[in-house]
Amino acid sequence: MSLSKDPGQATAQEFEHSLKDNARQLVDHLEQGDFAEALLVIHAINQARDRGLYHEVGQLTRALHNSIVNFQIDTTHALDDVNDTSKISDASDRLDYVVKLTDKAANRTMDLVENIAPKVSGLGAEATSLRADWQRLQRREMAADEFRELYKRMDDFLDKVETISTDVSGDLNNILIAQDYQDLTGQVIKRVITLVHDVEESLLNLVRMAGQVDRITGVSHTETVSETKKPTTKGEGPQIHADTREDVVSGQDEVDDLLSSLGF
Amino acid sequence: MKILIVDDFSTMRRIIKNLLRDLGFTNTAEADDGNTALPMLQSGNFDFLVTDWNMPGMSGIDLLRAVRADDRLKHLPVLMVTAEAKRDQIIEAAQAGVNGYVVKPFTAQALKEKIEKIFERVQAK
Repeated sequence: MSLSKDPGQATAQEFEHSLKDNARQLVDHLEQGDFAEALLVIHAINQARDRGLYHEVGQLTRALHNSIVNFQIDTTHALDDVNDTSKISDASDRLDYVVKLTDKAANRTMDLVENIAPKVSGLGAEATSLRADWQRLQRREMAADEFRELYKRMDDFLDKVETISTDVSGDLNNILIAQDYQDLTGQVIKRVITLVHDVEESLLNLVRMAGQVDRITGVSHTETVSETKKPTTKGEGPQIHADTREDVVSGQDEVDDLLSSLGF
Repeated sequence: MKILIVDDFSTMRRIIKNLLRDLGFTNTAEADDGNTALPMLQSGNFDFLVTDWNMPGMSGIDLLRAVRADDRLKHLPVLMVTAEAKRDQIIEAAQAGVNGYVVKPFTAQALKEKIEKIFERVQAK
């Protein structure tokens, strides 16, 4: 969307020029006692003001309309065609997709880890128990029956190591593959960032145009930016740029320092 | 030792549950915000509470305050595991009576240390 930087600037200047000229005429007429002429000038001033105003409001409306068309904001919610989907609701869908994909990847990874962990610790436990008997064999403390049993166990154990290490390599590979969400979500998030940037720019343009309307009507707004402190109970989520901010800790060490300074 | 894990993300609950199991704590239950956690705590004989801060419904800090205000629960050890990293918030949690504070992302080691430290203190009393 390309709007000129100060869309209503010319209209506002034109109006101000004509206001100055008319004001001088008005004073002249009044000083000469020509009230009929003076009233006509006042009328002309009003007309110029209205004309500028209509012009600006018209531009504002058009810009707003363009923004809506450009973002295809869906106000009807009757979507027959995928192409009718607005970019905004498309962006929410996309972010929803990111949430789903990251959730799926996290759970898939944890499934695989939970699958591997008991197998590996089982192997470890079996190796420990085998080693004890193996050492007894080395010390020649083992009867022939026991040895036959150990022989069989060792054979089973080696089979098991083979199978489990194949399983584990497979699972590790699957864990690796589960990280492919990063690429997909990264692309989606980048597109949404572009959209947010576009919306911000369009809104800024609308604000500029609205400012010109204010100039013509002479309306001045008293700033009512409330500096009310947000209640912290809801929480804010992860902090960005934590390392460059004074009011935010950048890691567990700083949390520990802060708490110990409070007597923890 | 019965532990309640409160976090609105099931993946985070699962990570904490797994880490706790590695530390030998197998008796855990889960809740997704303060509103579901509080009645569980009031009726469930829990010995330890691990909670997130930022959750829909009742937040972790409000849950902590509710726990401290409840005569039967006020001595329950509470560990906060959260992405909230503002100094003011950590001070707020300390003033509300938190026993430990772990910022996300965290390591298994950090979680282990904090939990052990809390139990040491609880047992020393």
